[in-house]
This record gives sequence, structure tokens and C-alpha cells, in this order.
Amino acid sequence: METGKTKVISILVENKPGVLHTIANLFRRRNFNIDSITVGPTQEPDTSRMTITINGDEKTIDQVVKQVAKQIDVLRVSELEPGHFVMRELALVKVNVPSSKERSDIINCVNVFRGRIIDVSTEALTVEITGTPDKIDAFLNLMNTFGVIELARTGITALARGAKSIRIDE
Amino acid sequence: MAKMTGARALLESLEHQKVEVIFGILGGAILPVYDELCGNKKIRHILARHEQCAAHEAEGYARASGRAGVCMATSGPGATNLVTGIANAYMDSSPIVALTGQIPASGVNTSYMIGRDAFQEADIIGITTAITKYSYQPRTVAEIPLTVNNAFYIATTGRPGPVLIDLPKNVQSASAEVEFTNKIDLRGYKLPTEPDLARIAEASDLLAKAKFPLILAGGGVIIAGASEELVKMSDLLMAPVATTFMGKGAFPENHPLSLGSIGMHGNPAANKLMGEADVLLAAGTRFSDRATANLDSFAPNAKKIHIDIDNAEINKNIEIDVPIVADAKVSMKMLYAATSQKLKKGEGTAWTKRVKEAKEQLSPLLKDLPRDLVPKSLLTELRKLLPESSIVTTEVGQNQMWSALYFQALKPRTFISSGGLGTMGFGFPAAIGAKVACPDRAVVDVAGDGSFIMSEQELACSVTENIPVTVIVLNNSILGMVAQWQRMLYKRRYMAVHLGKTPDFVKLAEAYGAQGLRATSIEEFHKAVKTALASKVTTVIDVPIGSETDVVPFVPPGCGLPQQIGDY
Repeated sequence: METGKTKVISILVENKPGVLHTIANLFRRRNFNIDSITVGPTQEPDTSRMTITINGDEKTIDQVVKQVAKQIDVLRVSELEPGHFVMRELALVKVNVPSSKERSDIINCVNVFRGRIIDVSTEALTVEITGTPDKIDAFLNLMNTFGVIELARTGITALARGAKSIRIDE
Repeated sequence: MAKMTGARALLESLEHQKVEVIFGILGGAILPVYDELCGNKKIRHILARHEQCAAHEAEGYARASGRAGVCMATSGPGATNLVTGIANAYMDSSPIVALTGQIPASGVNTSYMIGRDAFQEADIIGITTAITKYSYQPRTVAEIPLTVNNAFYIATTGRPGPVLIDLPKNVQSASAEVEFTNKIDLRGYKLPTEPDLARIAEASDLLAKAKFPLILAGGGVIIAGASEELVKMSDLLMAPVATTFMGKGAFPENHPLSLGSIGMHGNPAANKLMGEADVLLAAGTRFSDRATANLDSFAPNAKKIHIDIDNAEINKNIEIDVPIVADAKVSMKMLYAATSQKLKKGEGTAWTKRVKEAKEQLSPLLKDLPRDLVPKSLLTELRKLLPESSIVTTEVGQNQMWSALYFQALKPRTFISSGGLGTMGFGFPAAIGAKVACPDRAVVDVAGDGSFIMSEQELACSVTENIPVTVIVLNNSILGMVAQWQRMLYKRRYMAVHLGKTPDFVKLAEAYGAQGLRATSIEEFHKAVKTALASKVTTVIDVPIGSETDVVPFVPPGCGLPQQIGDY
């Protein structure tokens, strides 16, 4: 699941204003580069989870984790162990439909990739597709032959496999 | 529970934290707090003449006393003027709490509220995110007591640092039922626990077997109050002790095992022996570039033990063999106990001999002392004139590095300087803050003419508030350190370093109601310092010195510690 040197860091934070700014600012100030970031509340309403993907060597990731852990609004942080977590990204892709022949080709592709068509017009289809970033890249490659009008990707969100979890009280 | 305004709640919360002094300047958005200060018997307000200096004064107070210093400013420019002072405290891990007024968070039929670009609105929390340990903007009166408790707890525990409380004006003037509490509510704030016993064992093994052990003490040793433990450890191991610039004072510099400070302008014996050590015990240091110089040649032969309360400092700049993430005092105590059981006495004599020899050959202090008016003799003379417990602050530049080289600090918290940020203008307000914290001790700012001009207006504060300190201006009419770089590294192409007609510092002092003296010989200097120390009013001693005197030795950028250049 891991591609290249991309690492996934999962962070539990206080669900309150300013926390995203603090974390994003920390990455900028320490010269770390965020590939993607997703944020949303957890099962506990006062806690949010941030999933950050970042490219870097071991030393950089070690620093990232330590600097993030130091933040007062950070409750827990860990690098997800390669191969031992599940991750998904969602993309909305608006694809150009030149003719009805192409329309059925696109629909076939969408079915192969287990996507869903969520909006239809005479000249375009909007597809929802979920999966690993690799899968979404592959789908986009195919769609590029028809012409992608608009694209929105969420960035990945991830959890450790099995019963293991990142908990605040650990 | 009692009904009161936010301003009253803030002050009572500060009293609860035993705050005795606030350094500040008022303005529109902090008026309700100043109104409550009127007639307050418990908290003294000291009117700074620039907010940056208020923050430096709070830091001087904090570093001299070990307690949190408090500064206060209004919104907008008042708050942004604090920024350099907050950044300075952040870099040097000093506990200060900065209070800023903010324009109202809400209002009726008005655009004078947060987010509308109102008069004197500045997003001070956004601006200071990267230079504060934490910040708060209470939106209700009721949350003020807990906010203040949390702020002081964060500022003073773990690795200390600045905390900002930005208080909207409507919250200052609103009234509500307030409950005071000792509670601290910070579920995400993780303080290191006891040192890991396995790491202590590993470290003590290394130290017990070391042939050439060396200790490097940083500012963290001073913050942790671990100086006594450090001396015991050094005596046990017969290990020489070098300090970083921030660690100056952690170990008495007149101790036979003291090497002085390492670094770009470090003591040659310290820089040299760092390369010969086989085990380095470093405590409370972040291995700053000015301390280590080129990383490849930093203690290349040494196994490295690193005690630090901030886990993020481990392996940040230097690869560490044995990390101990805990308080320096506790760690040093445990390490001492573990090592003393393993150590065979009587070993290490070859190293002791080498240390003595290196000090005799290399120490800049043991060489001949000129009798003319040069920084080396001035600062050596100053040490003789000042009691051990006196506090010396410095400005930034040559005056600072000369002080590091030639002025021996003998006790922790007696040498206060802007290390990490290198803020010119820091020394004088820091001296004022230190004097407020320690009114019975002499406080001396060793300044350069360039730096002193940056905060000279605080003479008004020190005279009016009756806080007598001594400023020694090493007056070379030039921005000396950058001039030295231009001389050494830019082929003497001087640009923008000559200060031209600098003010007459004697008259300047007198204009503010302070005492002005001039010293043109060592004898006059001696007399002037004595007069200043006996004075009830702040004294500025103008000491004209040559403008081409270098701080030497010097490790040029990119070179390793042993590659020092320059005759000294």
C-alpha cells in the first residue's frame, strides 16, 4: 500500500478552532512538506483525527512526529506502520462525454473501478471513486483519454489494521 | 463564585499565580484591565517605554528569578511590538506570559470587532503561533481563571516558553459569575516522566568506562536548577565541563575543570577538547549551530549521551547514542548514583593532565592581561569588581562574545543574554527585569553602542521606576560584529556598519536623569564601576574602545570547532 517514501501520520487532536492552523504552520515552519491532509471528528466529539501524508526519510519523519507530539493540542500521534494499515481516498471526477459511444465506455470503466456515477448531463458525467491513491491515479489516467473537466480529491484517510488503535489514554 | 468583570478576573487570577509585577504599556483595547490595576496593592505595574522592551524586561525577570515574567500590551501595534520579545523568549526557553488586549470579539451595531479590520486590530495569535508555546483567546469571563492557570503551567513546566493570552475588550468589561480554582485542564500536554532506568544504566556504563569524558551543559541545566548535580558529576568523573553560550553560569567558570563555553567564539580549550573526548555527556542543550559549528567535526570520537526534557531535541541536530528524555536535575542525580557504583577511583589521570595542559596553553584568560582599555582587561576587571551573585546581562554582538570569553560566570542565573535569537537591544531591558526580580543584587548590562541605542529609551523607565542598573557601553562607534565579518569574510568592504556621530552617552544618560560617566583608562573604569554600584540611580559608563578590535578566536562559518582562527 505504501508508495515510495510516502509516510502516513495519524494525529488525534483537540476538536477546536486554531488547531489545524497550528499543525499546518508547524509543518511549514519546520520545512516539512505535506502531501495531503484530511481532518474530521472522531467518535468522541471533542477529538478530531488528522491524517497527513508526507514524503521524507526516516530522520525527517522522526522529527515530524516528535514536533507534532509536542503540540499541546495534540493528544496522540503515530506514524502508521507500513503494510499494517488501511487507507482510502475519495475523488470526484467530472468527465467530458463527446458522444454516446464514449458514454458507455466511461460507464464500463467506472464499473470496473467500482466507482459510482453521481451526476449526469448531456456533455458530462460526474464519477465518485474511492480507493488507494494508486487506484485513483489509474482511473484518472483512463479518464484523461476522454477529458477530465474538473477533479476534486480528498487526500487519504487511514486507520491501523485489526483491533489496534491510536487512543488518547495509551 | 463571585460576580466580577473579566478584567478583575484576570487580575485575581494573576494574583493567584503570585504575580508581583507586570511590565507593560497600555492602550485602548486593554483599558479595562488598567482600570482594575488602578489601586491594586498586590501587583506592581512597570511602565516600559516600548512593548518590545516590556517583553525583554519580563524575560530578564524570569531568567533571574526562575519564575514566569509577565508583560502586557494593547492590541494592534502594542501586540506586534511584543513579537521580537516573545520570539526571544521562545528561542531561549524562557517562561513569560504575554497579555494583550484585543478589540472586541462581538458587538451590536459596530464594526469595531474581530475580523472586520477594525482600528488597531492585529491577528496576534496568528502572528505568534510559531514563536509561542501556546496561546489563548478567552471568549467568556468564566473561562479566564482556568486559562490563566493553564498559561502559567505551560510557560513554566517542561521546556519553558512564552504563552500568549489575547483578551478581547468586550470580555474584559463584561461581568459574570467567576469561580477561582487551582485546576489545570490540559489533556494533550505531556510532560516527560522519570528517566528510563535502562538508559541510565547504559549511560553510566559508558561514563564509567570513559577514558576522556567531557560534559557539555546547556541552558537546560540552569532552568532545571541542576548546577549542584553537574558539579558533583564532574568531580566524580574528573570530567571537564564545557557549557554552551546559554549554559554559561551552569558550572562555576573558576572551577579547575571548567573549560568555558564552546562555539563559534568559544573558549579554545573547550573547542579543542571536544574533539578529543571519547564520551560526551550533554545536558539541556539543543546543539545549536553556533555551539557545534560544522556537525561532521563535532566531537567525532565521542559516544554521545543526551539528557533533554524535550524529546524533539534528541537526534534533531546530532545523532545520539544514549538519549535520556527527562528533567536534567533528576537525570543527573540518577546518573550520578548509577555511575559512582561502577567507577573505579584513581583512573583518568592522563585526561586530567591533558585538561590542565590545554587550559594553560589555550585559555584566553590565563595569558597576559593588557593594562590598556581593551575588552579583555575591562571584563576581567569587571569580574573582580562584582560580587559572585551579581547579574550580568549583555547586548548582542562583540560585547556579548567578549563577555562570554572573558567574564567568568560563577553561578547559575547570573549571566543573561539573548542566545538563540540574538536580539540587539535585549540586554538593557533584561537588566531592568533582573533588577526587579533581585533588587538587592548589582545588575550590569555589558553593551555595545549599536545595541544600547536600540533600547536606550528604557532609561526613562529605569529612572522613573527607580530600578538602578549599570550599563557599560563598549563604545567603538561601529556595529562591531558585522564589521568584523566584513573585515574577515568580505575583504574589508565595510558597508553600513559605521555609526558616525554616536550620541554622547554621558549627556544622554543625564538627559534621562540617569548618571553618566566616562572611562578612558582601566583606573577610571575601576572607579566608574565602583561609583555606579554605589549609585541609587541608573548609571551609564561610556568606555571608548578601538573600532577594529576583533573577537578572537573565531570558527569561520562551515568550519569545525577545532579550526579556530585569530590570535588572542
